[in-house]
Amino acid sequence: MAEASAQQDVIAAPAGVRTRSRWQDFVRTFFSNRLAVVGLVVLSLFILMAIFAPLIAPYDPLAQDLEGKFAGPSLEHPFGQDELGRDILSRVIYGARISLTAGLAAVALATVVGTIIGLLAGYFGGYTDSGLMRLMDVILAFPSILLAIIIVSVLGPSLANAMLAIGIVFIPQIARVVRSAVISVRERDYIEAERALGASNSQIIVSGILPNSMAPLIVQATLTLATAILDIAALSFLGLGAQAPTPEWGAMLTDAFKSGFGVFVEGQHALIFPGIAIALAVLSVNFVGDGLRDALDPRRRG
Amino acid sequence: MARTGEGNKISRGDFLRLSGAGLTGVTLLGLAGCGGGGTISGGGGSSGGSTLTFGRGADSVTLDPVNATDGESFRVTRQIFDTLLDFAPESFDLQPSLASEIPKPENGGRTYTLKLRPGIKFHDGTTLDAEAVKFNFDRWRDTKNEYHKGGGSQTSEFSYYSSQFGGFDDDSVIESVEVVDENTVRFNLKEPQGPFLRNLTMSPFAIASPKAIQKDVDGFWQNPVGSGPYTFVSWERNSQVRVEAFKDWWGSDLPASEGFGGPKMKTVIIRSIPENTARVAALTGNQLNMADGLVPDDVPTIEEQEGFKLDFRPPNTIGYLAMNNEKKPFDDPRVRQAFNYAIDVPKIVETVLRGTGEVASNYMPSLLPYFNKSVEPYPYDPQKAKQLLKQAGVSNLSTELWYMPIPRPYMPDAKSMAQVMQQDLKKVGVNAKLVTYEWGTYLEKTGEGAHPMCLLGWTGDNGDPDNFLNVLLNSATATPTDALNVAYYKNPEVDKLLVQGQTTVDENERKKVYFRAQEIMHEDAPWVPVAYVEPPIGLQQSVQGFAPNATSSEALNTVFISGGGK
Amino acid sequence: MLGVSIVVFCMVRAIPGDPAQIMLGQTATEAQVAEVRNRLGLDEPLPVQYLVFLKGAVRGDLGDSIVTGRPVVNELLVRLPATLELTGFAMIIAILVGVPVGVISAVRQYSVLDKVASTTALTGISMPIFWLAMILIVIFGVNLELLPFPGRLGPTTAITSITGLVLVDSLLTLNFAGFWDGLLHLIMPAIALGTIPMAVIMRMTRSSMLEVMGEDYVRTARAKGVAPWRVVFKHSLRNAMLPTVTVIGLSAGLLMGGSIITETIFSWPGVGQIAYESVNRRDYAMIQGVVLYGAALFVFINLAVDVLYAVLDPRVRL
Repeated sequence: MAEASAQQDVIAAPAGVRTRSRWQDFVRTFFSNRLAVVGLVVLSLFILMAIFAPLIAPYDPLAQDLEGKFAGPSLEHPFGQDELGRDILSRVIYGARISLTAGLAAVALATVVGTIIGLLAGYFGGYTDSGLMRLMDVILAFPSILLAIIIVSVLGPSLANAMLAIGIVFIPQIARVVRSAVISVRERDYIEAERALGASNSQIIVSGILPNSMAPLIVQATLTLATAILDIAALSFLGLGAQAPTPEWGAMLTDAFKSGFGVFVEGQHALIFPGIAIALAVLSVNFVGDGLRDALDPRRRG
Repeated sequence: MARTGEGNKISRGDFLRLSGAGLTGVTLLGLAGCGGGGTISGGGGSSGGSTLTFGRGADSVTLDPVNATDGESFRVTRQIFDTLLDFAPESFDLQPSLASEIPKPENGGRTYTLKLRPGIKFHDGTTLDAEAVKFNFDRWRDTKNEYHKGGGSQTSEFSYYSSQFGGFDDDSVIESVEVVDENTVRFNLKEPQGPFLRNLTMSPFAIASPKAIQKDVDGFWQNPVGSGPYTFVSWERNSQVRVEAFKDWWGSDLPASEGFGGPKMKTVIIRSIPENTARVAALTGNQLNMADGLVPDDVPTIEEQEGFKLDFRPPNTIGYLAMNNEKKPFDDPRVRQAFNYAIDVPKIVETVLRGTGEVASNYMPSLLPYFNKSVEPYPYDPQKAKQLLKQAGVSNLSTELWYMPIPRPYMPDAKSMAQVMQQDLKKVGVNAKLVTYEWGTYLEKTGEGAHPMCLLGWTGDNGDPDNFLNVLLNSATATPTDALNVAYYKNPEVDKLLVQGQTTVDENERKKVYFRAQEIMHEDAPWVPVAYVEPPIGLQQSVQGFAPNATSSEALNTVFISGGGK
Repeated sequence: MLGVSIVVFCMVRAIPGDPAQIMLGQTATEAQVAEVRNRLGLDEPLPVQYLVFLKGAVRGDLGDSIVTGRPVVNELLVRLPATLELTGFAMIIAILVGVPVGVISAVRQYSVLDKVASTTALTGISMPIFWLAMILIVIFGVNLELLPFPGRLGPTTAITSITGLVLVDSLLTLNFAGFWDGLLHLIMPAIALGTIPMAVIMRMTRSSMLEVMGEDYVRTARAKGVAPWRVVFKHSLRNAMLPTVTVIGLSAGLLMGGSIITETIFSWPGVGQIAYESVNRRDYAMIQGVVLYGAALFVFINLAVDVLYAVLDPRVRL
């Protein structure tokens, strides 16, 4: 026990020092980036909207009003009504829940699996590395939306399977980022020191390598989130994601678009608002991601 | 790795996060195009002229009619081929076609003798005579016939023959076809078949040129030769089929009131535009003369557009919600009746179908003979529904409602319909989860009875009740793997009636049998019948002479474009 | 590639849904389905099916499409020109707009134009392609009736096919009306498809220009009093183009993903459309063909980018 805690101290010291100075640095850089701050604010609004959807939404997102089919924006329905007369504003608000969680879940999956693969490949090198990375190459060799389509076809169309498919598609990107970060810290002195002190591989990976690979991982995960939200919407557009009557943004657009030519004549608002919601959410995540990258990547600073 | 060289730091990771679009694919650069000869064309002349452009949602599968099952194949073969008998325009009344009169049943319905019109020519110049008719029927029936093949890669393997005439070889109701003289042909039946003459009107049983089949049976499906008003010119896969007027068509001088006359267009182009919205936009943009496969929402839009009009086919379809009678709680007729009360069908027909159909009261369309008008649809009554559910001991029911992923003529918007039904069911305390699958999987799974409830429907083939009731509700079709009776409705009394109706040719007898069957079905309520949809078609104001047909695959010989010039 | 082929094969077979059932439709009996399965070789054990497939693939024969019955290779070739034309046109728009705007943004860093361009670019990559396509249709196709859709040509237009590329063929046959019609049909889908690559190229050009312009030799040139445009074009641009070329190469990859969606919306008869349709119809042979073909091209493009890189940058040895 004594020995173990001694080790902990040795490792913790340099890592801790690094983190603190970096953290202040990071906060300063990030908040000096106006777009990043705007992105953070908008994203926070979306998150609040998602959490408090039942309180904010003026209507039940599933409640139909068939007489109000494609009724345009009005005081009662600021965003108008959709092909079944449902309130578009309420659906957009509830949609934040679905689209954001779906995106986050996909990214979480990609991040966890990708990180493990990247850590293993980067740390052990040799056959483990080339084997795992070959596997990643095979995934990357597919036109990835087609890969996602095929995965969803195998599993059956549903929002959960769309998340899974998008998660799988993004694993290689995360794995590559983590791997190169690991390689760059693998031979550093403090890792050598740990090794010399007899720490096991898993101890070194978890306490030494992982924290020091976090910066690029966080940036990559954030930017992947933006893409994941878009791609899940795209799968929903192709009928492979969220199923009716779920108020998912992509599905809302498809349903309105496919409801007939009437949407062009009387229901154009039904094609506009959900799209704006997607674009705004993705844009804010991208702003935050860019801000994070600039703040965390010393090469890009100045 | 050249790209990760110092100085210019770019890796795939950088690229992907820059791109934000992550779904990396591959472009189709490299490899020069090789379209071969021919033309790329958007269609043909559009207005005021000799070319009619018809837009539809899908391409044909095969142009060998007997090996097709889909409406879009028949849409084309209907122009190129003729059948022995036909329906009068906008009805299900039989009328002569290749045969000059409607034959009477002889020998208790075991024999029919058909007189052919003399001197009918196929497009290849050969004569359509009794031999030719016999040749076709022999090809269809006899699996050892050297021409019992063809139809292309997606051939149905003569499936319509076996489904309408009981099977092949010894199973076939038609035992033999005899050539009596050049223009007289006799059908000998194993047993009487109620719908026999109606079957002869069906598009798959069109008479093809024996010479063309003998020459190249395997290529016939993409090079069809018949005796119809238009001759085949070309078929650009996934794009369009082109046919041209056949000047020597036998029907040219016959009365237009019976659907003859013409062909009035020099060229007809039948173009596939899968995306529905795009197809309607092409019509309103005057890129098409006619657009088929409209969804209900298009109906008011086209009505309001200057210069366009709509036509509706007589209702020959039924769309329904089938409850799986083998699954709890739908094994209890009270529950099934409760669902009939709970769903506001008239509201669905009005708002989802936008009035493009009739509220269904029965298990077959109202256009058909022997339709029982005295059967009234269940009224919308949620209180009664709740009461029945309570009696049946069902509370807090959670179930699944399956809906079709694609529009079909009998149910053009299953998704909206399912969502409205879901809300109605919620009001009586039933929680139905919406489920869908890709179309092929949907058919497969419903055919295996995996669903508690599913939306499906049927389009009639031959205007006979047998074609609806016996196909969809006989226990014989409630098979465990490929059921058409997706309600798994099994009532021995109904089965008996349906067999009786099928094997008798006596009109009164058939009427009695089918009336009774409809009453029992209404009581047992295996479905919630929804609507007899009247599939709409959009036309330019200038398109004249179009006669909507109950089969939705109209012969276009009478159609012309008025006003020329402009 | 062998690994890819096995993965493709297994995944495609894992898709539920029986192609025979789909072909025969609602009325099919079990016996008919079995017969069709037999004819298509679907009743063989999977390894046998794989070997049959692989043997053909090596000879450039990807089998016959289950849906149309014609060889997959032919189907792809027939549809290739439409996709080539669309992606090519989209790429040209992306480059013609992306590179100049990127350069100007870098030269005038922090100017209003720079800020507008950067924000626009970020907005561009944040928009779902299908939404952009719908909005274009609503505005230009329906409300303003400026641009025709769907498809490649209007119904009255016919063009003699030589290369299969509408724009090229119409010029070769001096069919200017056809050229114009084809061009108008091309604009909306190309913009929808080209926006993301455009934004990506713009961002990359800008950042690499900034980086290059900060290098010592450029600063030296500027200090020596070399004309500003000369600094930009002679000293900076060539070096800044290296990463841009990479991005252009990889963007080409983005276009296929995008073309599946764009072609579906615009009923564009290309490879992207059939990719989605064949998944829906369980056309195994076709899906395998599309995916394998895509994967092969991806490898090819990566190689091409590496070669181009070596040409542009003498420091890199292959």
